[in-house]
Amino acid sequence: MSFLFIRGLSKSFGGPPVVDAVSLEVEHGEFFALLGPSGCGKTTLLRMIAGFETPDSGTIVMDGETMNQVPPHLRPTNMVFQSYAIFPHLNVFDNIAYGLRKLKLPKPALRTKIEAMLATVRLEGLESRTADQLSGGQRQRVALARALVREPKLLLLDEPLGALDKRLREAMQVELRAIQRKVGITFLLVTHDQEEALSLSDRVAVMGHGKILQVAPPRTLYERPNCREVADFIGEINFFHATVRQIADAGVAVNAGILGLLTLPRPNLADGIREGDHILLAIRPEHVGFADAGIAGEIGAATFLGERNHFQVQIAGRREPVAVSAAAAPAGQAVHLAFPPECLIGLPSE
Amino acid sequence: MAQTGRNSAEGYGLIAPALGVMALGLAAPLALLLITSLKTQSGLGFAQGWTLAQYAAVIGRASYRVLFLRSLLISGAVTLLTVALAYPVAYFVAFHARRKFVWLVALTIPFWTSYLLRVFAWKIILGFNGLINSGLMRLHLIHEPLSFLLYNPFAVVVTLAHAWAAFAILPIYVSLEKIDRSLLEAAADLGDGALRRFLRITLPLSMPGVIGAAILIFVPTTGDYVTPQLVGGPKGAMIANLIEVQFVGAGNWPLGAALSLMGMAMVAVIAGLFVMAARAGAKAAR
Amino acid sequence: MKSLRLYALAYLAFLYLPVLVLPVFSFNNSEFIAFPLSGFTIRWYQGLAADTAMQHALGNSLKVGFATALLSTMLGLAAARAVTRYRLKGAGAALGFISLPLFIPDIVLALSLMLLLGAGGLPLSLAAVVLGHLLICVPFALTVLIARFEGFDRNLEEASADLGEDPLMTFWRVTFPLMLPGIVASLLLTFITSFDEFLLAFFLSGTEATLPVYIWGQLRFPERLPMVLALGALILTASVALVILAEYVRNLGAQKTTVGA
Repeated sequence: MSFLFIRGLSKSFGGPPVVDAVSLEVEHGEFFALLGPSGCGKTTLLRMIAGFETPDSGTIVMDGETMNQVPPHLRPTNMVFQSYAIFPHLNVFDNIAYGLRKLKLPKPALRTKIEAMLATVRLEGLESRTADQLSGGQRQRVALARALVREPKLLLLDEPLGALDKRLREAMQVELRAIQRKVGITFLLVTHDQEEALSLSDRVAVMGHGKILQVAPPRTLYERPNCREVADFIGEINFFHATVRQIADAGVAVNAGILGLLTLPRPNLADGIREGDHILLAIRPEHVGFADAGIAGEIGAATFLGERNHFQVQIAGRREPVAVSAAAAPAGQAVHLAFPPECLIGLPSE
Repeated sequence: MAQTGRNSAEGYGLIAPALGVMALGLAAPLALLLITSLKTQSGLGFAQGWTLAQYAAVIGRASYRVLFLRSLLISGAVTLLTVALAYPVAYFVAFHARRKFVWLVALTIPFWTSYLLRVFAWKIILGFNGLINSGLMRLHLIHEPLSFLLYNPFAVVVTLAHAWAAFAILPIYVSLEKIDRSLLEAAADLGDGALRRFLRITLPLSMPGVIGAAILIFVPTTGDYVTPQLVGGPKGAMIANLIEVQFVGAGNWPLGAALSLMGMAMVAVIAGLFVMAARAGAKAAR
Repeated sequence: MKSLRLYALAYLAFLYLPVLVLPVFSFNNSEFIAFPLSGFTIRWYQGLAADTAMQHALGNSLKVGFATALLSTMLGLAAARAVTRYRLKGAGAALGFISLPLFIPDIVLALSLMLLLGAGGLPLSLAAVVLGHLLICVPFALTVLIARFEGFDRNLEEASADLGEDPLMTFWRVTFPLMLPGIVASLLLTFITSFDEFLLAFFLSGTEATLPVYIWGQLRFPERLPMVLALGALILTASVALVILAEYVRNLGAQKTTVGA
């Protein structure tokens, strides 16, 4: 039985829907990410789960209880805000202790609890500081501690690492994952950074224009995106136009234009495509190989990135260069490219 | 709670009392003023029927026209004087002062003191036996008191300019403060000296603040009552003094109402023209 | 720039010197307000202590001032919250309408209110003065409080709710402490404005004079002028003290309302 169960949730602010009939299930103890570009509705969805926005339609169920009518202060969720929302008139200790007031813990017990949490987020010794005396990373940890100390059933994180510089962000990502594993709480993270989503989560829901496009573990999203948008959003990818000639369990025959006639493995074709349909063939740059024979092309730009290099290869019949990622390229500008059919994915063409 | 979108009703409910007070204290009375201006006085009440006779009287009498003109001129002079004198101070605080907050508080404090007392202070200063005269006579610089100091438009202009002096600084300061300093650095880099930078960049960009200050001063000043009453004398009387006479005792309320509305309309038109001209001037200058 | 600084200082002098006339001559031992100074005395201040009419007027001013400060701050608080925390259509127009009295000459406001009272059969009174003062004080309160709300991360209230506090406790633990400097500043500034206001009180107070109206009445008696100066000097000192306090309080919290990402 999933912990968070959302059915047909919609919300609009007086125009086209920002969240459009979204359905979602999150399991106990999962690290789940909502990934998408700005404006795709992910933050609104998160705020509806927290209770700060009221859905126009649909239901939110947590641990078997319907939450639609429950105000935010009575939900079993806690949120880490994008702006951290640290109370400026309270110090670190009081910020973290803020949500524990109702428990009416005796002072020593409270102190122990807070100090344990300070240790978990590695903020020991800073309990008397106020927000303006803390760095961005420290404030982020106060916000996290403040939410975690209440032991919520679901922790909501709204782009928590967005304001940090790269190095700090990467360090915090590792810490977040560690904390989640240690504490065992279900985490729901909203982010536009696909690397972050892929590296932290057990499963990711990719959103676009208010709809959920695909929900899958990171590896599946990367290797088997189900549509152009998801494929494009996650990592880099090359697209080619093609038409499906024949679908059989043994393989799918496609006419791939400049790439010729190919046969893909049946699982590589996305659902809902029939014979005769136009499709997009997608292949990741690291799967395109340099070969002695194949499609002829010329290397345009080359970017040195360390162990893998990035090449733009111009081929006949296609204006956009093909992105190729390889350890090295053959000498000279004229090369041949190989497109292994097992690495090609067939996606619906819009 | 901070729930956006859903609770607009709550929001409207919060702002309703303030709007209600304004409707009661402003909208309804002004509507009554309009109605009154279309009637004629009859004993202690109004005669039946509607008429534009009051407005005809306002436009028709030469003495009234003179009064309107004088009020506009005095107000214009006050505005010009105040803004011109305030600009350098605002400039100083925005660009050269080190403790800006202290300066701003020091400059605005006088504005919060009683306006009545400030006008009264000027009456004492400018009077026939007042401070300037008695001081100059004691120093044997003059043998007879100067009579031109008080009870004329000059006194009104000086007093009002002083009263508004503190207020004019703030809008100008704000627009000067907003100017991106890197614009001036770019101009210097491109060869402009200090004066040119001021004329080509600082001044034009501060214009919104200057115009704002001008309007904020001009509009209420034309309708001022206290200063002309205390220091203006017959020669320095303004519209408000005439209006007051109509309402006090067994005066002519409809005429007073018509004078008020005509005055406000005139000022609004002039202010509007001024703003339009300023905007057109700014566009042309590009 | 040296000369600009000198100019600014001279300007400050021009602003303050005429006002300093009042305190200076309130200690002057002469019935005539003229140079040369005739020695130090406090008899004018002593005269004030015996002036019951003045004290009555003072009482009226305080009543009107407190009422105006309280009401305008409350109305301004609600309106400021409405405008900054909710998406309201026509918010701009509403704000413009509320600020309209600042652009209308006091005398027109006063006389129109007199018409209103007449039409409603109501007498001139201190309550009418309060209504008039609300017209000019609510815009001030609104300005101070809107600035305060805007500098206030709205997530803070959501965070409080998220952490388990119902709306009432959220208001008490988060909103109120953070708004307090703004509220205090608004109370002080609107009080001063009402206390010093003359014209509306002159037309609307009827038989119960406020202090400025009382002063106006004394101006035609030359022998009473020095006492008026003494009174004026006291009022000025009090006003200045309150304004400084208000500015100090207003900026107290200014650094504290947003500390976020």
